[in-house]
Amino acid sequence: MNKIDSLKKYIVKDVLKLDCGKEISNFPIAYETYGKLNNEKTNGILIFHALTGDQFPCGKNPITNKEGWWSYALGPSKAIDTNKFFVISANVIGGCMGSFGPSSIDPSTNKPYGSNFPVITINDMVNAQNFLLDYFKIKKLFAVIGGSMGGMQVLQFISNFPNKAEVAIPIACTASHSAQNIALNELGRQAIMADSEWNKGNYLDTEKSPSKGLAVARMAAHITYLSKKGLEEKFGRKLQERDKIKFGFDADFQIESYLRYQGSVFVDRFDANSYLYITRAMDYFDLTKQFNGNLSDAFKESKTKFFVVSFTSDWLYPTTENREIVIALNAIGADVGFIEITSDKGHDSFLLDVPDFLNAVKNFLNNSYKKYL
Amino acid sequence: MKQEFKIISSLIEKNSKILDVGCGNGELMKYILDSISNNIRGLEISKKNVQACIEKGLTVIEGNAELDLGQFPNKSFNYVILSQTLQAFLNPEQVLYELLRVGKKAIVTIPNFGHWKVRMDLLFKGTMPVTENLPNEWYNTPNLHMCTIKDFVTFCNERELKLTNSISLSGKKVSYITKGNLNFKNLSAELGIFEIEK
Repeated sequence: MNKIDSLKKYIVKDVLKLDCGKEISNFPIAYETYGKLNNEKTNGILIFHALTGDQFPCGKNPITNKEGWWSYALGPSKAIDTNKFFVISANVIGGCMGSFGPSSIDPSTNKPYGSNFPVITINDMVNAQNFLLDYFKIKKLFAVIGGSMGGMQVLQFISNFPNKAEVAIPIACTASHSAQNIALNELGRQAIMADSEWNKGNYLDTEKSPSKGLAVARMAAHITYLSKKGLEEKFGRKLQERDKIKFGFDADFQIESYLRYQGSVFVDRFDANSYLYITRAMDYFDLTKQFNGNLSDAFKESKTKFFVVSFTSDWLYPTTENREIVIALNAIGADVGFIEITSDKGHDSFLLDVPDFLNAVKNFLNNSYKKYL
Repeated sequence: MKQEFKIISSLIEKNSKILDVGCGNGELMKYILDSISNNIRGLEISKKNVQACIEKGLTVIEGNAELDLGQFPNKSFNYVILSQTLQAFLNPEQVLYELLRVGKKAIVTIPNFGHWKVRMDLLFKGTMPVTENLPNEWYNTPNLHMCTIKDFVTFCNERELKLTNSISLSGKKVSYITKGNLNFKNLSAELGIFEIEK
């Protein structure tokens, strides 16, 4: 926990009224920045992370000692070029990498909040991160960018702050979380809550943690980030360090071993309660409903230029759902571009080395920036 | 730049709002963006072409004109451009009506199947014509509904669609198509360029 305490944080003094009705103040947002803010403060980009991301998109994550989650896309001379742009990346509230979340200490009890943490929404996450812009005295960002849950935050950000970003890139996301995705999230939550060590969320002050449940949640979710074809190509029916099946329940197949490994490393870096809270925030996300069934109204005050990106093999946030955003924007004559990238890597494509995707983002950002200046 | 694109551009008023349907690699859009209006966007079906447009800094939506024009509100553009694509649609009539719903004016260009070289191929060789403007063989052509410029003019007249500009392009030669010269232009034009209003 000491390591987490030493991460860079901004303490928000203001009061933030959450969608659930509770008010919070004096809460930390853990963040990182990359590149340099220019004198005119016109080169700022706010990126939003996905469900299990954090404020470390590139370079080495000091907690996990692993490469950042967006190291293909972000860095010097990369698609999001930190030689050119000043990139701000924050851990969402509800998270477990230093921002205000269920593992934070509740001053009234001196214990971690656990299940007493308020239920948060994508709207709350975005409003919390907006305080960082005041801190950096940035009136208008050049861009807001994010994939998956990060893309939902992009949409919510533009809706909340219509003229605070010149361009917006929502990637592999949706304006309204689908029944299928709520179902998949519920599967993960039930796996965690079925682990007796979850203890109704009050495990942080004990020696135990629901790591088995969390690992199963991660394994199930991980499958949804890939595609059938991708799995077939990477694993097929290959056996794990054996010539024959063993007629038992060991990891005979490579795919089993891979998933078990993914589950086991995940529990070392992620808090089970955060997983519950953040998946809930995703499920509650329905921007269309926020605007009484007309998604276009979410963007009608905005002059932001949109670039929507989806992937052919993404069945979690399929092209049709990304297209709904495009359709809503076209209905009000907004400036919107759209491309569906061909990739077998499933929903995870936006995090991986997919040159067509990275080039499109790079070209869009650089061309838009030339016009903006 | 292609002569066809120069003529299309000359029909467009400055700073108007434009949609280029089937914008290809964005050559025409880029020219219009740089010299006529910065309020232009494209709809393109090929991913490769969409990438090429993004590289040029153009706003483009990957999509299919037969499915995706519906999302644009009525008269949301001053001009909707359709260059040499009408003949490739399953239902060109419906697409044309969509163009005229979405745009105040449509600029449509069509390769002329009535051109004398085309007629010669069929008359003397007895084979489906293959020319510079129609480079494909019968078995791999994307063109499902070829027409002559006379066909197209008749088509518009029958539907009381107003042709506010009818231009013939033959090689580099540009001339107006009129009622009086239609039969002749139907022989000599390689390409017909029409500005249409409903």
